[in-house]
Amino acid sequence: MSTIVFFIFAILSIAAAWSVVTSKNIVHSALYLALSFSGVAVLYILMNADFLAAVQLLIYTAAVSLMVVFAVMLTLRGDICESNTENRSWLAGALVSGSVFVIIALVILTNPDWRVLAEPWTSGGSAEDLSLLLLSRFMIPFEAAAVLLTVALVGAVILAKGVNESK
Amino acid sequence: METLNYLLETLNNLFLIIADAIRGLFADPQSVWANLTMNVINFIIVVIIVVLAALILILLERKVAGWTSQRPGPNRLGPRGWFQTIADALKLMGKEDVTPAGADKLIFKIAPMIIFCLPMMTLAVIPYGKDMAPINIDLGILYFVAISSISTLCFLMAGWGSNNKYSLLGGMRAVAQMISYEIPLLFSLLGVVMITQSFNLGVIVEAQGTIPFIVLQPLAFVIFMIAGLAELNRAPFDLVEADQEVVAGPFTEYTGLRWGLFFLGEYGNMTAMSALAATVFLGGWQGPAFLPGYVWFFMKVGVMIFMMMWVRWTFPRIRIDHLMHLAWKVLLPLSIVNILLTGLGIYIYRFVMGG
Repeated sequence: MSTIVFFIFAILSIAAAWSVVTSKNIVHSALYLALSFSGVAVLYILMNADFLAAVQLLIYTAAVSLMVVFAVMLTLRGDICESNTENRSWLAGALVSGSVFVIIALVILTNPDWRVLAEPWTSGGSAEDLSLLLLSRFMIPFEAAAVLLTVALVGAVILAKGVNESK
Repeated sequence: METLNYLLETLNNLFLIIADAIRGLFADPQSVWANLTMNVINFIIVVIIVVLAALILILLERKVAGWTSQRPGPNRLGPRGWFQTIADALKLMGKEDVTPAGADKLIFKIAPMIIFCLPMMTLAVIPYGKDMAPINIDLGILYFVAISSISTLCFLMAGWGSNNKYSLLGGMRAVAQMISYEIPLLFSLLGVVMITQSFNLGVIVEAQGTIPFIVLQPLAFVIFMIAGLAELNRAPFDLVEADQEVVAGPFTEYTGLRWGLFFLGEYGNMTAMSALAATVFLGGWQGPAFLPGYVWFFMKVGVMIFMMMWVRWTFPRIRIDHLMHLAWKVLLPLSIVNILLTGLGIYIYRFVMGG
């Protein structure tokens, strides 16, 4: 049962991700991205990572609407149908993304902590375990990420308002 | 007295008894097929709740509107106008389904469908009575907020797909407004989560056996109500569909049943938000034992819905800069202060009780 669900949603997310790249219209690309994120959320649920799935929907899928807004505001072309023109130098792109994939796969495979568990994680209530880990073992990365986000927020406010209030 | 207690107990567990009877029809009551059948039945019940709520609320809204502005409201069709909704629904079904020539066809058609699905998904985790949640999941609150956040995308899709300047402006407003108000909404719920140490809605209701959380978290309740109204795009926060400014916003180009789906989705979302408020702050199905739990639950939901309608017909629309100001400079700091106070309160409580 879960194998069928896995393949349906894995194929769905990959097909949606493919459409993100190939779609001519940038708004369609963004909406396909939302579909891809939702498919990944279902895969997280299959791995018993409920918290991650909810956060995936809440942060990524909902934030795609923001991306659409920016895409519409920043697109310079008059006709939206040609806004996401395909890049001709796809060979260089494939090389870069392939090497990024290889590096990430190497890091995951060589780090024993990150490998797939032999026994699947079955105990629910992942929020409690996650919060304990975040506030004890991974305290410093967690706080560093929080500082980074605050800096980004302050930067956005300064960009929007200007340091000295000008008339 | 014995028989009366027994009767009340039976009435309280009526739906559980029916569910057990249906399970008993299978050879193995806990088998996959029995679970699948129960899930399908639960799903159908949730759909019925959404559709019924929408049909009743459309009429109720007009009655409350009439009551607040001191006029009779719909009073022609049927006894005191109670059949008005049927006529409205028939009219919507008979209308021509127009898709604008320049529209982004797929996005235009799919947006109302998704928005109508969302209340069905969110209402599925609400506990309607003791052990009566259609799906009992650990992260109930988070799931609810995550699913309802997708409606932002639907409004934007509708606004974009219509290929109309006013619709797109309305969609943009929806994004600005709903993403801003999502943050205080989630933060106001965190106080309750801190007290119960659980995201599960069933556990939260169980914890309110002695005292509903509106007494312990009054500030959070007020923030939740304001942010919830803004999240639902209802007046005084209906900037998305403000008729005088953006001509009904994302809904301008929709006709017939597609527009009706938006309407049903709005009332379904309203029911879901009221159900969440009743569950988290008003004690859900907890109440004096002379009425079954689900009756208490639906009464509380009704009170919340009436409050929302009352607010809608009482206050004028807020200006858009005031709207953003309220979200980021008033509600967000207040909700963070609420989290801090809740943490202090829990700490002091444990210190005094010696736990």
